[in-house]
Amino acid sequence: MRSTTLTLAAVLAAGFSISFVSSSAMARDYDEVRLGADVPYEPFMYREADGELTGFEIELGNAVCEHLDIKCTWVEQDWDGIIPGLMARKYDAIMSSMAITDERAERVLFSEPYYTTPSAWITTREHDIDIDDKSSLEDLTVGVQRATLQDDYVTEMYGDTVEIRRYTGANEVVNDLRSGRLDITFMDYPIAEATIDIDSEGSDFKRISDFIKKPEEIFGRGVGMAFRQRDEALAEQFNEGLEALKDDGTYDEIMNRYFDYDVSL
Amino acid sequence: MESLLTWLETQLADNSIFTLQTLSHYGAGLTTTVQLVFLSLIIGLIAAVPLAIGRGSRHAWIKWPIFAYTYVFRGTPLLIQLYLIYYGVVFVDGIQETWLWVILEDPFVPALIAFTLNTAAYTTEIFRGAIKSTSKGEIEAARAYGMSPRLTMRRIIIPSAFRRALPAYGNEVIFMLHASAIASVVTIMDLTGAARFVYARYYAPFEAFLFVAAIYLCLTFAILYFFRHLEKKLLAHLQPQTG
Repeated sequence: MRSTTLTLAAVLAAGFSISFVSSSAMARDYDEVRLGADVPYEPFMYREADGELTGFEIELGNAVCEHLDIKCTWVEQDWDGIIPGLMARKYDAIMSSMAITDERAERVLFSEPYYTTPSAWITTREHDIDIDDKSSLEDLTVGVQRATLQDDYVTEMYGDTVEIRRYTGANEVVNDLRSGRLDITFMDYPIAEATIDIDSEGSDFKRISDFIKKPEEIFGRGVGMAFRQRDEALAEQFNEGLEALKDDGTYDEIMNRYFDYDVSL
Repeated sequence: MESLLTWLETQLADNSIFTLQTLSHYGAGLTTTVQLVFLSLIIGLIAAVPLAIGRGSRHAWIKWPIFAYTYVFRGTPLLIQLYLIYYGVVFVDGIQETWLWVILEDPFVPALIAFTLNTAAYTTEIFRGAIKSTSKGEIEAARAYGMSPRLTMRRIIIPSAFRRALPAYGNEVIFMLHASAIASVVTIMDLTGAARFVYARYYAPFEAFLFVAAIYLCLTFAILYFFRHLEKKLLAHLQPQTG
């Protein structure tokens, strides 16, 4: 019984998606869209001194909306509840550095990925750790931000070697790295770069690994916007919008304002 | 044990969330929560007794500092107290070099300190209220027997006050259990921490949090039962006499 219902649902869904996709080019059902974001998350989204919301994703999101001729507003939401918030219709899409994963894709509908970022191991000056030699990590305390891919990576790859502490925010991780409670952290590199001074002259922190983007089973295909499963037309619109911005150079222009490395896919 | 594990494994074979591994996370979380709450309650209780007596003292230099303490800790959210004690101490210059760091480095002790100070403040006020409401007649009778104030306190006031405080204190114990759910913000893997971990891994908020809510319910039930039993025993003289 269960499988029949599912098959039926799948057939229906497929049918709908075809009809929606074909009509999406002219469909302008959405003249107002609310985007959910977990602010601050530098340099992707944060507030200027005057309170203005800005950042790579904010600018990119606004540019796409402008291109699509949609009025967009931003809704702030803590990361822990960002998917439930989408389901509860607090906003229509998530644009908040959400990496595309199979688990999440069961709940939400993702756009094509619009950026990806590397992660890296960071420790303090006084530590002498060889990241390729797992035994040198033994008994160290690693800090990660809870419920992130970095959390997954460390849990999966090093769960039996190190002690993992999970924090609510990146600031707390840095705080405890500074205080000496943590020996090392595995962080999304842009976040780390924005929160701590790494590898510069006289800085206390150093990056001790390559930029890590693999395995794909953990780090996924990159970051995408997330929509409710049924809003396929809306997702398709944003896909087209993002593609157009990449083609006309707007994407690169915004990217270069925030990064000194390439985050595009 | 071996057969129990295999039995569990077959029982769990049908779902992807509650595997042996996640259950062991919940188990470890349960242990941590119980340890944290039990220890802070015991220490808080021991500290609250002299504080409650001191709170009713005639001397201003005893009374007011205790009032200030209970006022501050009842007047600010426990979460803020926890943040201050865990993250705040780091900004004290050179603390890493002192012996204090040995206990403050691990998140368990700062959380224990915050919880203990908080519950001690509430318990102090609960006991003070009970002490204050001791009936005048009992105290006068004690004085008529020639008991000194100290002896009156020990023999008459405290035993009866603590019995009267029991229902209110039972509430405090339950509040403390529930308040301990914030321990995971300082990386402690308590029950809520385990639930958040499972939630983060499987993106299943309902399953992860309903399960942990059920565990909290069971714990609360045990506490209720314990206090019901205690009240029945210690407050038997206040029950309506029948038969």
